Amino acid sequence: MITKVLATLAVVITGALLLYGTADFPAFGDPHSPASAGVEGGAPSISQYYITESYGDTKVPNLVTSVLADYRGYDTMFETVVIFAAGMAIFAILRVFRDEDDLEPNPTHTQGDRFIDGDHSRIIVGTTVRLVVPVIQLFALYVVAHGHHSPGGGFQGGVILGASFIIIALATDLGNALSRFSEKSYFTLAAVGILIYAGFGVLCQVLGSDFLDYGVLQKIFLTDGPEMARSHSMLGVEVGVAFTVTGIMFAIYANLSSRGTLKSGL
Amino acid sequence: MAEFFQTTVHDHFNYWIYVILMMIGLWAVIAKKNFIKKLIGLSIFQTAIILFYVSIGVKVGASIPILHHDDHVEHAAVHETPHGSDDHKVDHKVDHKADDTHAAHDDHGHGHHADAHAVSADLIANPLPHVLMLTAIVVGVATLGVALALSQRIFKEFGTLEENELLEQLKGGNVDG
Repeated sequence: MITKVLATLAVVITGALLLYGTADFPAFGDPHSPASAGVEGGAPSISQYYITESYGDTKVPNLVTSVLADYRGYDTMFETVVIFAAGMAIFAILRVFRDEDDLEPNPTHTQGDRFIDGDHSRIIVGTTVRLVVPVIQLFALYVVAHGHHSPGGGFQGGVILGASFIIIALATDLGNALSRFSEKSYFTLAAVGILIYAGFGVLCQVLGSDFLDYGVLQKIFLTDGPEMARSHSMLGVEVGVAFTVTGIMFAIYANLSSRGTLKSGL
Repeated sequence: MAEFFQTTVHDHFNYWIYVILMMIGLWAVIAKKNFIKKLIGLSIFQTAIILFYVSIGVKVGASIPILHHDDHVEHAAVHETPHGSDDHKVDHKVDHKADDTHAAHDDHGHGHHADAHAVSADLIANPLPHVLMLTAIVVGVATLGVALALSQRIFKEFGTLEENELLEQLKGGNVDG
């Protein structure tokens, strides 16, 4: 009880101080706020440069994609590495390779390639998932590939693609999903994603420029100028991000739902 | 009083919501004993940060940070001088946003054709907070997964997720569970 009173006190004081601080903040939606326009008398905000110049630099209409994969490409590469490291951490924390005594075997567990087993209660769910999953996966690929022109990109598409395998595991069982996307596959896919991203960076270095300076890749893509080379390279690294996110999202679900055994899911 | 409400609450309501959400999360992290409830608190806290960043990137009357092929890329032009529209944009209210966007686009279409590639920064929302939060959301999911994995492991070792029970077990020397 005393903890809750002290916690409430601390939270109220912190909140009051934060609210007092917001009095000096720019109004909501102010286009000339320091974050959007820079401080008065100082240099303009970097986001001004992104908005006015990034189309000329990269020929990518989606500014979020061009900032994410090009201007801040180094940051995004290590965000992807963080996701990969999280997958590795879950593997290290949870994964067990022998059956625990307290883990009763799931009677409905099947390794087969069946959406609908003898259990009639699963007919509706199984049929719906079987019809919906290809659409979800196609949409995920669209989101990855169309990230230059519409909201989307590697992170979003990767999460949707990973969710399509999770929905299979939820509707049937984990073994069914793992027979389509095994532990070996998803960790390999995740590692390949990082390799693709870092590979683009190293390739730029090999061709005599800086790490992740995509403009120099015009020698490989045979484009007219460095702008289109940057655009194509962004698609490449987004595919790498999508691989990693897909693999790790399913790895997180598979390990958490089966307490690390990968035998019987929810 | 009305003026106080206008400047303190109405113009800053996004900050109010972020502070309130963040304090709900912080309270849960401090006061709750259960690890899963603490994680829920951390997630609420993170959501508040995401809301804060995204609301910073909002510009009233501006469009999404994706350039439209016809409107912006080909015919767009820099507003050569910050003409009268500056003040008038700040005064725009959120509930008129749709109309304003439309009007702003019309203005824009008849602008000066100074530079074929340039667009006015006032008509596009700030892309940088979106970029930062896009990665933060996915990384947040991955780190939440690690936290849940740790909780599961703790439950397997100690048979509890309550902080006080766990501390009692640790004090009692029952470390190997």
